[in-house]
Amino acid sequence: MTGTVTLTLNGESRTLAAPLTVSGLLDSLGFDARKVAVERNEEIVPRSLYATTILAQGDALEIVHFIGGG
Amino acid sequence: MDGIAATQDDSWTVAGRTFRSRLIVGTGKYKSLEETAEAIAASGAEIVTVAVRRVNLSDPAAPMLQDFVDPKRYTYLPNTAGCHTAKDAVRTLRLAREAGGWNLVKLEVLGPPPHLYPDMQATLEAAEALIKDGFEVMVYCADDPVAAKRLEDMGCVAIMPLGAPIGSGLGLQNPAMIAMLIEQAKVPLLVDAGVGTASDAAIAMELGCTAVLLNSAIAHAGDPIRMARAMGLAVQAGRLAHLAGRMPRRMGADPSSPLTGLIR
Repeated sequence: MTGTVTLTLNGESRTLAAPLTVSGLLDSLGFDARKVAVERNEEIVPRSLYATTILAQGDALEIVHFIGGG
Repeated sequence: MDGIAATQDDSWTVAGRTFRSRLIVGTGKYKSLEETAEAIAASGAEIVTVAVRRVNLSDPAAPMLQDFVDPKRYTYLPNTAGCHTAKDAVRTLRLAREAGGWNLVKLEVLGPPPHLYPDMQATLEAAEALIKDGFEVMVYCADDPVAAKRLEDMGCVAIMPLGAPIGSGLGLQNPAMIAMLIEQAKVPLLVDAGVGTASDAAIAMELGCTAVLLNSAIAHAGDPIRMARAMGLAVQAGRLAHLAGRMPRRMGADPSSPLTGLIR
């Protein structure tokens, strides 16, 4: 099955080629999977499942990293 | 460091991890990541607080904190700064645990500006959820002995009352209450927030705090690197003074030189 999937990434709507895994998404965005964390529909996606988690139409993702803070 | 008598046996332990430095520093508000790294090194801190934020989707190659402040050298203590609800704080720390693999965290749930005072009801709610989820929670809180006791009984691994509002640099506004909280605590008690300059950090340590957590006092100093060094020394000085035990205060003079043998 091929087509597109529309996701909300950090609050922005993006339409991307499907099927798409979390690993595929991070690769296509250019992020190092070891330095970020991903939440899908308010649930953590464990890093061990990035390669097998297929994103669905309408998924809301938060992709975060560490920055300076007090 | 700097010829100060080493107090190598004077380490402290939180959640089973032992540290020698009694200064924890934030990594925010610096002019650059280079300055952040240099100031942290100058402070001698072994634990640094970090924030969790959305990545910039349009700039994946932007330099990252980890490239300057090595998580192998420093213990990252993820915070929940900017969270105003228990739910957001819990989500943020679950993400932090996944990003870094640590379960030692700093919880703060704040009320609105301009005071950003700890919201204790939401803090208690978040602490309970986090502890149930396996986190080891160092908790920013009001200088409220009732709430502090409740957080400790719940299983928080460190109690961290504010000395003054976050980023205010006003110093310890209620040292008497901080002293009472220290007296009561059976886990590490840290002053977190409000320190403005080195003497404030020394006062906190003289009172008997386990450690001091600060950020703006270094980052917003005229020369952050020099202030970082001052803070490291102040925390050591305050700790040594606490261990030494101060002389009693007296209402009047007591001459330091003998009164006998004076010339006539």
